[in-house]
Amino acid sequence: MLSFFENIGAAALNQVNQIGRMGLFLFNSLISIVKPPYKLYPVIKQIYIIGSLSAFVIFFTGAFTGMVLGLQGYHTLTKFGAEGTLGSVVALSLIRELGPVLAALMVTGRAGSAICAEIGIMRISEQIDALDCMAIDPHKYIVAPKFIAGIISMPLLTALFDVVGIFGGYVVGVWLLGGNEGSYFSSIYSNVEFEDVYMGLMKPLFFGLIIILISASKGFFVHLTKGGGFGAEGVSRVTTDAVVMSSVSILVVDYMMTSFLL
Amino acid sequence: MSEVKQQETKNAVEMIDVWKSYGTQQVLKGVNLPIAENKTTVIVGGSGQGKSQIIKHILGLIRPESGQVIVYGQDISRASRKEMKDIRRNFGVLFQSVALFDSMTIYDNVAMPLRERTKKSEKEIRDIVEQKLEMMDVKGTNDKYPPQLSGGMQKRVGLARALVLDPKIIFFDEPTTGLDVKKSNEIYRVFFRTQQLLNYTAVIVSHDVPKIFKLADYVALLNDGQVQGCLTPEEFQLSDNPVIKAFVETTMGPLYSSEMEV
Repeated sequence: MLSFFENIGAAALNQVNQIGRMGLFLFNSLISIVKPPYKLYPVIKQIYIIGSLSAFVIFFTGAFTGMVLGLQGYHTLTKFGAEGTLGSVVALSLIRELGPVLAALMVTGRAGSAICAEIGIMRISEQIDALDCMAIDPHKYIVAPKFIAGIISMPLLTALFDVVGIFGGYVVGVWLLGGNEGSYFSSIYSNVEFEDVYMGLMKPLFFGLIIILISASKGFFVHLTKGGGFGAEGVSRVTTDAVVMSSVSILVVDYMMTSFLL
Repeated sequence: MSEVKQQETKNAVEMIDVWKSYGTQQVLKGVNLPIAENKTTVIVGGSGQGKSQIIKHILGLIRPESGQVIVYGQDISRASRKEMKDIRRNFGVLFQSVALFDSMTIYDNVAMPLRERTKKSEKEIRDIVEQKLEMMDVKGTNDKYPPQLSGGMQKRVGLARALVLDPKIIFFDEPTTGLDVKKSNEIYRVFFRTQQLLNYTAVIVSHDVPKIFKLADYVALLNDGQVQGCLTPEEFQLSDNPVIKAFVETTMGPLYSSEMEV
């Protein structure tokens, strides 16, 4: 009986520990971004890895998301004789919700897992200790460029997702199903407000932060993970954790941000 | 003259009554260890006695539960992150696992501390890196990656990286583990040559008894969480301390000790 309560206590302490570690990790990383020297090259390299290399995946998912929205939307809207508003339906769903969330989930799967595994391997092979011993701050050297790149890349990738998606909806709704070309775009002009775009670009800023924070800190603290964070298996486990936790956090934070921003 | 003499025998590092445990396992039980400046101190002892722990304490990667670790007059067990960073500028480390950055070329590995910690131009950096790599007999490997080199070469590149900022103290954690006799001898030769040339303080953790005694100015035996004397190799081999005697007998064979007893 006692051990039951002990287990609950231990699990709670572990969670609190983890949250505390992550908080300190974020704090140290953000401080190290502000501290000189500033180096451009590592940031550009990370933007390339996190942003540019994700562009193709984002392009594809964006196109097909827009196309399926066009398809579904057209069939539903014709029931009400409202197929003229197809453009705004596609654009608003993409800009406000689907763009930020799906882009973030794709980047989590592509870049988040890679970041976690990379940092995790550096940790278990003592490369992070080596940096510490050379008096080089691992937050500054490894983590800070990823944070900057994540925060810059996510809104851009989301914008790409939105634009490609809107054209995907156009291809299906207008070219394939024969909707009216003019009304597709004019309904977008008249219904999409600045607030929608603002919300659609604020979300990815936070999503970028969340993805990098969770992925990087999970890898960074692989050796402190409860229940054996050693070797290849330890890294594989934290990588899985990082992807699951990032994805769930994105959906939760998305709901919270929507309720605040609406 | 006497003043100079005193300068020479000053301690670079001193551990005073250091205790450390992991869970219920007490690893260090009151370690007292002086490390003389510009001399080579070798720490020997059986596997799993915590030899690497001693190095990690001095590097400040681990903090002791009680006791002091004094580096150049400053107690690092209570140093802040900033102070620790300044102290670590005196350190060079050759890790047991070498801990080269495995996704960087050999050249970038050795150049990295210079790029991050100094304001030298790329040309100056190139000269220093080339010189260090030549000193270690690993010229011509510039564009290779660490996993493409043999174990012995990796160790020598690791040593080149440890030396590149001309540190005052260099730590060697099992520099020859996993290497054959010929490769080990190469490491020792390179070590001896560089120490003659650069006159740094060396701390070597090693299993390789008795060969390592040839390099040592002082030998310290870690046994059951305590350091048994920090003696010159000759004194060490003739010591009356029963623990040291037992160690000398088991590592050098009973023949040796019976000869000494005559």
